[in-house]
Amino acid sequence: MADPADPPSSDRLSRRRLLQSAAALGGSAVVGADESVLAANPNNLPPNVPPWTRSLGDGVAARPYGQPSKFEKHVMRRDVQWLTASRESSVSFTPLHELDGIITPSGLAFERHHGGIAEIDPEDYRLMVHGLVGKPLMLTLADLKRFPRVNRIYFLECAANSGMEWRGAQLDGCQYTHGMIHCVEYTGVPVKILLAEAGLKTAAKWILAEGADAAAMGRSVPIAKALDDCVIAYRMNGEMLRPEQGYPARLVVPGWEGNMWVKWLRRIKVGDQPWQAREETAKYTDLLADGRARRFTFVMDAKSVITAPSPQAPVAHKGFLVVTGLAWSGRGKVRRVDVSFDGGRNWRAARIDGLVLDRACVRFYAGIEWHGEDLLLQSRAIDETGYVQPTKGDLRKIRGVNSVYHNNGIQTWHVLPSGEVENVEVS
Amino acid sequence: MSKCRSAAAVAAVFLSLALLAPRGVAQTRKPAAEASAGQRVYGIGREAKAEEIAGWDIDVRPDGQGLPDGRGSVKAGEAVYMAKCAACHGEFGEGSGRWPQIAGGRGSLASDDPSKTVGSYFPYLSSVFDYVRHSMPFGDAQSLGNHELYAVVAYLLFLNDVVDENFVLSKETFAKVRMPNEAGFHDDDRERTERAFWNRKPCMTDCKAAVKIINRARVLDVTPQEAGPKPR
Repeated sequence: MADPADPPSSDRLSRRRLLQSAAALGGSAVVGADESVLAANPNNLPPNVPPWTRSLGDGVAARPYGQPSKFEKHVMRRDVQWLTASRESSVSFTPLHELDGIITPSGLAFERHHGGIAEIDPEDYRLMVHGLVGKPLMLTLADLKRFPRVNRIYFLECAANSGMEWRGAQLDGCQYTHGMIHCVEYTGVPVKILLAEAGLKTAAKWILAEGADAAAMGRSVPIAKALDDCVIAYRMNGEMLRPEQGYPARLVVPGWEGNMWVKWLRRIKVGDQPWQAREETAKYTDLLADGRARRFTFVMDAKSVITAPSPQAPVAHKGFLVVTGLAWSGRGKVRRVDVSFDGGRNWRAARIDGLVLDRACVRFYAGIEWHGEDLLLQSRAIDETGYVQPTKGDLRKIRGVNSVYHNNGIQTWHVLPSGEVENVEVS
Repeated sequence: MSKCRSAAAVAAVFLSLALLAPRGVAQTRKPAAEASAGQRVYGIGREAKAEEIAGWDIDVRPDGQGLPDGRGSVKAGEAVYMAKCAACHGEFGEGSGRWPQIAGGRGSLASDDPSKTVGSYFPYLSSVFDYVRHSMPFGDAQSLGNHELYAVVAYLLFLNDVVDENFVLSKETFAKVRMPNEAGFHDDDRERTERAFWNRKPCMTDCKAAVKIINRARVLDVTPQEAGPKPR
């Protein structure tokens, strides 16, 4: 399949953005409009008493599986149709600009499928564990749920996240530039327990994890990683996995590129060498400027992005402004996040609020008084190993611009006096 | 009595969980045998039967492990390719629309417009064979018989000038094929080549002189127009 990170060819969209309407709104608000102008219906505002205060609403269980408010329908995964030839092998992006905290709601977690969503009847689900083991195992979903289980909050980032930005600023929205990430709580069985159940042979060096989807996508994982912290998850955020996230079971490979987190997991085979499958050779390898390519670049480098303000989340007021974003590192905990308002000339440490967990997203904030001047917003993650998120320029000096994958360079958002925000790069 | 037994079972669960205690940043690299030693067996699930495994065990490694019986010529592969592949990948592997180009591109990897194809990029024949066996034709996966599979992969090699038109791919000839870009890959070396990104004292003030905008996404205008109700 065409990789979603490949630059567009002929069929580029050439439509103007929603931004203009948002900017018109932002512009008027910036100069201080009458708030009733912004109300959907001024009759609902005090001193009037709105209808929802006068009459009864829906009773309990009218919504047996709750959905977001009907006024939040704009909060959705979106795709970029020119990226790929078909939606069955494509990607949709998490609307990071609409979210806060560190946990991604299950229905908004980005999707990357290679052969569409497999719809698996849990009764017909089987996981096979075989190869260099004493006893090849056949497990049902009910079997998986009988093993001791663990709960872990981890980020999952596609190796191609920000891949469209290697040659320069291209997409106007952090949903599109950084939305191939989610962070949820996974529940499942440590791979180590399953391998012990099957009886690992001493020659074991790698496992192959393979999906049951129409691509039967597989990746090789070093045995040390599998035994260290990999999990076969069947739940996310407490409930069973969503179909698009691999229902009923997926592999969790903490801190490593999302493609290895094989969904709809049907088979674990133990071997003594990597399989060199298409997804770890022709794809998910990092082409350098000299034509050579890095392979097995599993770890996701430390990275961050300001989620608001951002192009899809323009500024609607002057005065105190909360700048917020996410940071993460595949090597451990995020130690600090710095924020710049002047394109990286000066930095200050942001406030991290909420949980700081090993290989999970952290949420950061930095407040400023905004008077309508141009801002060049940047954020810079520093992890506990001392790795500092590099500038795009520093990254390109080493990796060139053909890498597709592993673009963790510092993002710049330009806030204009109107409150509009655009994706730019700076000197 | 039964209370005692269940207490013991709980303790056993805790013991096994203790082995999974959170680890530090440094990736622990224990030998496999040691890592699985001392873990209990739960007796959950059943032994997989050989015939069950055979139906799903379709991976193929660079050394040929996993290859099925079968053989196919370039000529036979051309027929399969034209019927099942050419609509997306083009008659000559040039790709149609956004569907992947799978032939050509040799010598392009260091250029501004690298073309990663079977001939220019795939390091091993198994990477191609295994992929076609798992995933192709797109939307009709695992529908090719073994002879068709060998044949169509032989044809891909021919399209990429790796073999000549008389070539027949089989379990035996598989090992003789070397892909042109096999030496083009090296393992992750970021911790050495990007050592400079580990920096104890990143600059905080006056880190550069003037800051100028050097490019902007809106000039390209390729961002999708947002669908659905607009934020109010």
